[in-house]
Amino acid sequence: MPQQHAFIGASVGLHARPAALFVQAAARQPVRVRIAKAGGEPVDARSILSVLGLDARKGDEVILSTDAEEGGAALAELAALLERDLDAEP
Amino acid sequence: MRTLSSHLTGIGVSPGIASGPIERLAPPPTVPEGLRPSGEPDAELRSAADALAATAADLEGRSRTATGAAADVLAAQAMMARDPVLVDRIGELIREGRAAPVAVVTAFDEFRAQLSAAGAYMAERAADLDDIRNRVVARLLGLPMPGVPDPGHPFVLVARDLAPADTVNLDPTQVLAIVTEQGGPTSHTAIISKSMGLPAVVGCGGVAGLVAGQVVMVDGAEGVVVVDPDEALVAQRLGRLAARRSALTGVSGPGRTSDGAAVQLLINLGRERDLGVVAAADSEGVGLYRTEFLFLERPDAPSVEEQRGAYARVFQAFTGRKVVVRTLDAGADKPLRFVTQPDEPNPALGIRGLRTSRRFPELLDGQLRAIARAAAGSGADVWVMAPMVSTAAEAAGFAAAAHGHGLPVAGAMVEVPSAALQATAVAAACDFLSLGTNDLAQYAFAADRMAGELADLLDPWQPALLELIRMTAEAGRAAGRPVGVCGEAAGDPLLALVLVGLGVTSLSMAPTGLPEVRLALSRHSLAECRALAAIALRSPDGRAGRRAVREAGRLE
Repeated sequence: MPQQHAFIGASVGLHARPAALFVQAAARQPVRVRIAKAGGEPVDARSILSVLGLDARKGDEVILSTDAEEGGAALAELAALLERDLDAEP
Repeated sequence: MRTLSSHLTGIGVSPGIASGPIERLAPPPTVPEGLRPSGEPDAELRSAADALAATAADLEGRSRTATGAAADVLAAQAMMARDPVLVDRIGELIREGRAAPVAVVTAFDEFRAQLSAAGAYMAERAADLDDIRNRVVARLLGLPMPGVPDPGHPFVLVARDLAPADTVNLDPTQVLAIVTEQGGPTSHTAIISKSMGLPAVVGCGGVAGLVAGQVVMVDGAEGVVVVDPDEALVAQRLGRLAARRSALTGVSGPGRTSDGAAVQLLINLGRERDLGVVAAADSEGVGLYRTEFLFLERPDAPSVEEQRGAYARVFQAFTGRKVVVRTLDAGADKPLRFVTQPDEPNPALGIRGLRTSRRFPELLDGQLRAIARAAAGSGADVWVMAPMVSTAAEAAGFAAAAHGHGLPVAGAMVEVPSAALQATAVAAACDFLSLGTNDLAQYAFAADRMAGELADLLDPWQPALLELIRMTAEAGRAAGRPVGVCGEAAGDPLLALVLVGLGVTSLSMAPTGLPEVRLALSRHSLAECRALAAIALRSPDGRAGRRAVREAGRLE
């Protein structure tokens, strides 16, 4: 089962606009992706409420995972997105 | 045929006459207790899915027409309404045998509890979630949408009461007048309607029985709402108003008593969209620039650069005039998502005004920096003042911070009785004082500003309040510091005479109040104002004081 770690890059954390951009990107993926904080329960990455509920702050480690064997590219794309400071970008 | 029109009375808080169909600010819908599913689970599922999708589409549409932070909040709300996990959970609850509205409320409340548990920022999202839940439930039950209506034509807004958040998006081209069932003369409705120049009547319980579309005439000076008014009556009242207004244009320019004592006449400014109206008024500047409107309805604080831009636009509009900027006054009736603690047991006595900087010093620092940068490039005479100052030490700390940012004139608002009692020390600690009479009355009389039943205690004519004003003005005079009044009291022409008699040197009010106050001052000497103040101070209560001063003064 593909997994990938990422550290939250947005200065406001995975909240507000960065959370919305992440959830939209997850919904565009051909595979179902889950996200968890290190040591926490994984939640559906397409669910804005579940993602906000993680309360992931800047610098927190999160784990992306999927049941689809071919999902590695999706995880890589989402991990790269999480590590950017989405809030500082226009 | 005679029309049967009925008169409903309330308290007139913003003068003017307007007539039109009413629309209601709907209360949040409630699901009837023990509601059973009306159809098969599949039908219930479909109706829930349709209501969620329609709510999301509506929010997306509003997000496209909104700008800035408001657009982001609406877009995030739309995503919540489309949240697949939420939709699944509602489906589960319906299949277990619940009616669609019950399932919606249950699922939203589960997510709400989860978010509230996750910290302060999340607790604010919980409020967004409540709003979506109310919209979905209103759709399912066929109830009117909560929030400010948008019927597509101008209307008279009727509500139980208005909160600041309700008024942020009021469109001055669509709202003709405001009538509320509750609220008193210092309620938020009074402030916002005056700043928008809209006629308003508050505390008018009679409008509870009216339905959307019924035509009313609102007389904001008399505090009367006429249901189904006769056209001739509307025409006659509008004519009388026009005649009165033309009499007032006889005096203009800086405020003066009949013997030439200067009383600066200033205006209160809140929402940036009112800037045009406010800047065009015949005033000597802004006596109270309420900056919190820049901070309302957004998930986080505006950046220094965004603030600088907003302040610069205000300073630009007032080139050559004075602008007194009040730093952020969050809390109590003006909660902010990123500052206010939702669980404060007594917000009016809690972390609000200058006290916010105890917890968030960077907020005040950033604001002073933004004001200083905007002031540097402007031709306006920029002053700053802090709300809710309680001690001379707080005033000194604020003045030092403002001076440190290169803002030369820094003052303290006197709204807490302790600051009035210590006015000599507070005046010595900073550059000027400004009396906020609404809050000063609330705290001196231990009477909630929103409590309509206690309106007599909140009456700005109460001698105890006038005594606190007298002490403050006297301390300012002795220390050579200007003392202004920027509460609603300053806009009452009769009371303005008393305030000047008590020693107040400037009056800041809504633009609609300026002509009457200017005219009243021009007809009385400073000595006459002092005599009127003495009468008001020795009256047994506010009502008696007003009556006695009215009889002694020369207003028609």
